[in-house]
Amino acid sequence: MLIVVVLLMVAVVGWGIMSYNGIIALKNQVANAWHQIDVQLKRRHDLIPNLVGSMQHERDTLERVITARNHAIAAQSGGVAATAAAEGQLGGALRGLLAVVEAYPDLKANTNVSRLQEELSSTENKIGFARQLYNDTATQYNTKQAQFPTSLVAGVAGASRADLWEIEDAGERLNPKVDLTLAPPAR
Amino acid sequence: MSEAIDLFSQQAANRRRSQWVVVLFVLFFMWLGFGGDYIAYLYTRSATPNEYHHVFPWLGVLLTAVAVAMARSAWRNGPDRVIWASGAEELLVAQTDEERVLVNCVEEMAIAAGLPRPRIYLVPDDDPNAFATGHDERDARIAVTRGMLTTCNRDELQAVIGHELGHIKNHDVSLMTLLAGLIGAIMIVSDGTSRMLRTGNGRSFGGGGGGKKRGDAGPLAAILLAVWVISWLLAPLLTRLLATGVSRGREYLADSMSAQFTRNPLALASALEKIGAASAPTKSIKQSCAHLCIEDPLGRSVNSREGRLADFGTHPPLSMRVARLRAMGYQEMKARGTFVPAAS
Repeated sequence: MLIVVVLLMVAVVGWGIMSYNGIIALKNQVANAWHQIDVQLKRRHDLIPNLVGSMQHERDTLERVITARNHAIAAQSGGVAATAAAEGQLGGALRGLLAVVEAYPDLKANTNVSRLQEELSSTENKIGFARQLYNDTATQYNTKQAQFPTSLVAGVAGASRADLWEIEDAGERLNPKVDLTLAPPAR
Repeated sequence: MSEAIDLFSQQAANRRRSQWVVVLFVLFFMWLGFGGDYIAYLYTRSATPNEYHHVFPWLGVLLTAVAVAMARSAWRNGPDRVIWASGAEELLVAQTDEERVLVNCVEEMAIAAGLPRPRIYLVPDDDPNAFATGHDERDARIAVTRGMLTTCNRDELQAVIGHELGHIKNHDVSLMTLLAGLIGAIMIVSDGTSRMLRTGNGRSFGGGGGGKKRGDAGPLAAILLAVWVISWLLAPLLTRLLATGVSRGREYLADSMSAQFTRNPLALASALEKIGAASAPTKSIKQSCAHLCIEDPLGRSVNSREGRLADFGTHPPLSMRVARLRAMGYQEMKARGTFVPAAS
């Protein structure tokens, strides 16, 4: 009888440790995925000043990008929702700019601009993929800490809901990828 | 959550398969060695006292040691040797625009897969193909032919790299690389023995004394000898069948992982069609590494056919893979509400 009780206790404690470790591992994965987004956003912010030197056309489109960038940098300390909103604006402005570049053959022929274009669209893709990874991991983490019986250990592990990176920009919702093969927009 | 458990079980299953492959490999060589010793013992048993008697199983001991050494070296140096055999060069600094796109695509997919960025290699070959090798995600390498860069557009290249990263994330690469090393080792051994068998059969049985005593050894020895010689000759075929059996199912899984990373299964479908349409064999990729590639580099017709023959190809039929990816793509488009029927 005593043996059964001891075995049960060992099983319960073992399960508790495993669930605790599982939650902690997921928590770190979420933090790491968020860090990935951060790295790519930083890269996006650093690339934009290069545009100023090489773009002589469409100064107002460029101006919009630069304003959105400054807003995004200012919003960095504001948490997931604020960052997502500001970066969504910047993403929309950048996509507008990349579409505009397509309409100028002399601009496209410039190697500096075409290289910058590839770097920018790659950075946009990386941000998208980092967001995808973050949202997937954060959903896993949120599900695990809410589900019974892991929810019993969630409090001990100091788990709290991770915010998802929602798409704020209406335009972004329609066209989630930078597609450089598209014909220039009719204007 | 189920995804994480699934990934973990895939990795564990691959580790188990690797262990089994090594055990089978060593056991096979032990049979070749100790089996040969036993046959030689049977044949020399009734020899006169001053003739050679095969008592100590030196062949078995030697071949077992050789098999262990080969398995060890296939495991340790496998990735380096696979890269070396294909003549690939590491892409350290991207020079051309194409190379820059490749580096960017690998970085994008590594982020999507949540893996460290693998080392990138370029194979100087005009036929589009790609493979991944390495032990685990920390020393993974991706190799792409130059033909792939010119054949595929950006989305397709991204999808192909997603497929390779799927293999890396599952730990398929370590099993596949181990198999490549063992196939190479067996091919060398079997080439050597078939040459030896051609130049003189009896000489391998100590001092030629066995020849005239053969009648005394009994039918058991004769059957054993026949089976033993056949195992030497069939070894390369058997190992290649093992490699194909192991690799075929992995391709579908890597295809769907690519779709999960890119959220764009149609890109991989059209990439596979382009790779299939470029029917020229990928010359720089050797037969022992065929099962590592995204599509059979030898362009063998068994892979393109469905039915029983398809069981012998290293890859599932291309049309089946494309059809599955298309189905995934249409489902996704329907869910997003962007599905437009092809009519009109």
